[in-house]
Amino acid sequence: MTKSFVPLFCLILIVSSLPSSSWGDGGSQQEMRSLDEQVQEIKTDVLSIGTDLSQLEERLLFPSNTQVAVFISLSQQDPFRLDAVQIRIDGELATHHIYSFKELDALKSGGIQRIFTGNYGTGAHQLEVSVIGKLENGKDYKESRQFTFDKGIDPRLLGVALAGSSAEAIELQNW
Amino acid sequence: MQVIVVLTAPLVAADENPHADKRPRDLYFSEAIYYAQQGLYFDALARLDAELAQHHGLDEPNLDSLYPLVDSAEFSVGDFELDYRMHLRAGHAITAVLEGNVDEPIRNDAAYRLARIQFQKGQLADAVRSLDRIHGRVPEKIRDDVEFLRANVYLYTGRADEAAQILKRLAGGKALVGFSDYNLAMAYLLGNHRAAALDEFDKAGAVSAPNEETMAIRDKSNLVRGTLLMQSNDFVEAKNSLERVRLSGPFSNQALLSSGWADVSAKRYESAMVPWNILVQRDQTDSSVQEAMLALPYAYSQLAIYGRAALLYSQALQSYGTELDKLHASIDSVQSGRFLKALVREEVRQDKDWVIRLRSLPESPETYYLTELSASHDFQTALQNYLDLDDLRVRLDTWQRSFAAYEDLIERRRAYYEPLLPGLDQQFRELDSRRRIRLEQHKILTDRMQSMLVAPRPELLATSDERLLVATLNKLSDRIAAAEGGPNEALVARVGRLRGLVTWNLKTEYQDRLTQFYDHLQESQKAVDLMNTQYNEFVRVRQAATHSYEGYGVPIKRLRARVEKAIGNTKLLMARQGNVLERVAIAELEVRQQRLEDYQVRARYAMADSYDRATATQQQAKVE
Repeated sequence: MTKSFVPLFCLILIVSSLPSSSWGDGGSQQEMRSLDEQVQEIKTDVLSIGTDLSQLEERLLFPSNTQVAVFISLSQQDPFRLDAVQIRIDGELATHHIYSFKELDALKSGGIQRIFTGNYGTGAHQLEVSVIGKLENGKDYKESRQFTFDKGIDPRLLGVALAGSSAEAIELQNW
Repeated sequence: MQVIVVLTAPLVAADENPHADKRPRDLYFSEAIYYAQQGLYFDALARLDAELAQHHGLDEPNLDSLYPLVDSAEFSVGDFELDYRMHLRAGHAITAVLEGNVDEPIRNDAAYRLARIQFQKGQLADAVRSLDRIHGRVPEKIRDDVEFLRANVYLYTGRADEAAQILKRLAGGKALVGFSDYNLAMAYLLGNHRAAALDEFDKAGAVSAPNEETMAIRDKSNLVRGTLLMQSNDFVEAKNSLERVRLSGPFSNQALLSSGWADVSAKRYESAMVPWNILVQRDQTDSSVQEAMLALPYAYSQLAIYGRAALLYSQALQSYGTELDKLHASIDSVQSGRFLKALVREEVRQDKDWVIRLRSLPESPETYYLTELSASHDFQTALQNYLDLDDLRVRLDTWQRSFAAYEDLIERRRAYYEPLLPGLDQQFRELDSRRRIRLEQHKILTDRMQSMLVAPRPELLATSDERLLVATLNKLSDRIAAAEGGPNEALVARVGRLRGLVTWNLKTEYQDRLTQFYDHLQESQKAVDLMNTQYNEFVRVRQAATHSYEGYGVPIKRLRARVEKAIGNTKLLMARQGNVLERVAIAELEVRQQRLEDYQVRARYAMADSYDRATATQQQAKVE
């Protein structure tokens, strides 16, 4: 019994170090590679469709003379935790968003979120940004600011930079 | 045994991200990064592709906000493509940067990224060529990464000694701690420098590990060292290495199993029971646990504790029977198609660590062995492709449904605007012609003002009464001149005096009148500007009204056709990929089934043998 297990042990060690698939013969690998290539081709095709479709959507739903888009960015310096943002334009709720951890990480890594796109006529409008979060010391944080912006004939892109508990917690930037 | 771990350098870390501080940012590039950081590579690529296409189509791209970041954007496209498993396309964008007119550090960065992509695609010769293009100034943040990649490429191309030299230089670097040591050990092993390899594995197995990845490589180093030492019959030292592997890490089961075998090989059967007793309590789908269930009673039997051995063999048989039933159920489930349905559950897609998520799915035959299956590269590749295809299918279905909504919207706009526009256009034409006349008049007045600034012409600033008076005086002059008997001198003088009066006023009041003219012209210019603004605004709004429903028919029709075709292709490919996935899964499960059946046979014989021996021992004890 003893002797039979030692060779078994060696065999098992060798087997366990090999790829566990017994499916890896040449023909199957060829099929896998071919499928993989076709998957990549279809991804390219769908990406291309997606790009064209989003351009058409933007023209159709948000023409440039009425388009207003609001973007959110987060300061990396301030460690406050952003929980939610609400956007009101001319007193009406435009959108609100509750952030997941992944989204927060993405913002802290330098990503910018397009939180809202809508249509507004030319002229002056009121933008109200409300932020809810938690400070580093665990205290709840709420801040709200109002801005006025002018909508002309071009698309209006409004960048809202959030910086937690600093003096300029909510800043409006023109992009 | 050859096990190679290759660490690919991390993608652009947060602190290297050009958008992590106040340097110039491009909105849409940053939006793409937002999606990429969440693992939503399709959305990231869609945005970045669109932004780059737009940028390259501009007449003056240097005025675009993307201009200072365009190289970084091209790099990111390559990275996103690789993350989205589009290896065929990945690298094209980087190649474009590499062959463009860029600074040396950027070219070297591009060459490094391209080499990394080629290495991951298995194009080793291309990777070597790309690395050979790196010379001159190399960005500091990638210097170690370039050398590490070069060493890895050499490892795969049979240049182990050259790899060892590079890795020796990198050993001790903080960024690659553990990994460079491990790969150096592998380089020594592949170069047949066994003793050096063992020393290096020893070092790699003792590094201070600040994070999970480094802890894992430390464990792996100890496991490999232990296995190598067992091959050369140094069981004591092998055991020491294996005992350094964490009990909670991914290599724990293998280390516990090997540790027991090291003791058995050194005939220390009681010591072998310690790790194996821990192991048999763990998840019984794991192959190391299954082997330990057979090895533990073997150790008891070597100590002549046959009763216990028989009991353990019996338990092992029971466990194998249960596992075999589960395997059969899993195979049936796969063959009936339930397996594929389980794979596309929402929980699996929650985050990029979907393998971990598999464990939290409810117990059902189709999910029993998912975690184990995912250890297979073939299965992982097939599954990722299947999930990607399912994601594409969902998107395409959504797009297909949206065309009807767009067409409805367009028709509503057409129904609203078309009745209004003819009337509006008619009014506009009338107003437009009046506007043009006024503009022409305004232009004439403006030109007149400009000419009067150079050459004064007081008569142009005469009032209407003065003009009438002058016209009347001219008529009188003509009549006086034409009178019978010649012009009357007194009348001529009178007309002259009256004309002089008008001229006196024109000339003395010229400056005031000119100033007034200028002021009025300025005021009218404001009105003209306002009128032009309103005119232009109206024209734009008028155009926008038409554009809101015209010109979409053909693009929507084309896109609809493309989407329908893509849906067909995706479904077909999903069926094929699903079939491959099922076959891979079944092949994997059948390997396990075969192994368990083999263990079952061994366990039966061993159990019978143990019972016999136990009975014989008891009888002998009675006799004595």
